[in-house]
Amino acid sequence: MPRRKGAPEVNAGSMADIAFLLLIFFLVTTTIETDAGLDRMLPPIEPPDTDVVIKQKNIFTVNINRNGQLLVEEELMDLRNLRDAAIAFLDNGGDGTCNYCRGRKNASSSDNPTKAIISLKNDRETKYKTYITVQNELVGAYNDLRNREAQRLFGRDFVDMEAEFLNPETPSAIRDDLKPKVKRIQDLFPQKLSEAETSSN
Amino acid sequence: MSSFKTNRGSKLPAISTASLPDIVFILLFFFMTVVTINDQQVMVQNTLPNATEAERLTKKDNNIEVFIGTPKGAQVALLGKAPRIQLGKTFVAMDQVASSALEELYSMPEHLRNSAVVSIKADTSIKMGIILDLKEQLRSVNLLKINYTTVQGDVFQNIE
Repeated sequence: MPRRKGAPEVNAGSMADIAFLLLIFFLVTTTIETDAGLDRMLPPIEPPDTDVVIKQKNIFTVNINRNGQLLVEEELMDLRNLRDAAIAFLDNGGDGTCNYCRGRKNASSSDNPTKAIISLKNDRETKYKTYITVQNELVGAYNDLRNREAQRLFGRDFVDMEAEFLNPETPSAIRDDLKPKVKRIQDLFPQKLSEAETSSN
Repeated sequence: MSSFKTNRGSKLPAISTASLPDIVFILLFFFMTVVTINDQQVMVQNTLPNATEAERLTKKDNNIEVFIGTPKGAQVALLGKAPRIQLGKTFVAMDQVASSALEELYSMPEHLRNSAVVSIKADTSIKMGIILDLKEQLRSVNLLKINYTTVQGDVFQNIE
């Protein structure tokens, strides 16, 4: 028998219900990933060939004790002041060779950002969250300074530039353009954060 | 002013729900693309600390995930309250972390091994001792890129 009216219409009224079921299934089974973090590089196991002598004034010592108190350059310090203290140390430019530093040029503090080293020590009983807070503040000090220089040279934040550079979805032309810029800023304030042997008592 | 009609007698017109499936499908596709299915059962207490300077991990397939925390739920009775390390789907003892991490590394595709990152997902309550031992273990097998996984948030909430 020939059909005159064409195919019969399918009732789509329950489509919304099916879609809702799927939606709720995905909502329940998934969690939004928390894949952000502080990147660190561990020192290789073999010691460097030559012992490099570093002047004491180029080292910024940060000690965390088991109660979460901070000893910065032999003085007790509140965690909230750590970032400013680290910035002051890195940006000091004591020997005048650093033409982009805006610090106080204090002769008894670091010579040049490329020579300045932050040494972080912690106790075995230190709480992990305190350690992360300190790490965050020290990385923040570097990022603040790098952002400042990136704003001055390229008119945008270093953190943005680095994120775009590291993102694999960025077109390679843009990445090639960003690479020397990111490198240049990193060389102005190289991240020298050392976590040498920790005290065991 | 009698030209205004009074609606009192008639019913409200029904709102057409014909576009409702479309709206729901858009929502559905949004969630399907945004989220990733969590295929791993975390067997330890795992509240990550806050940080403001965290960088997003760009890829997930070159990560070796290490969870550290106290056992949770019913496992406390079995395993006690000492912090444990979970690598992959099992607990590993501290002296086996290095070999287990290498195993994970070699289960990755070859081109990713050079850029492998160990992401340390440690609970806020643990002490640094276990982290220091873990770092020593990772150094011994030359897995030097690590990442302390954190949550974006006010960093001083950690210490309060």
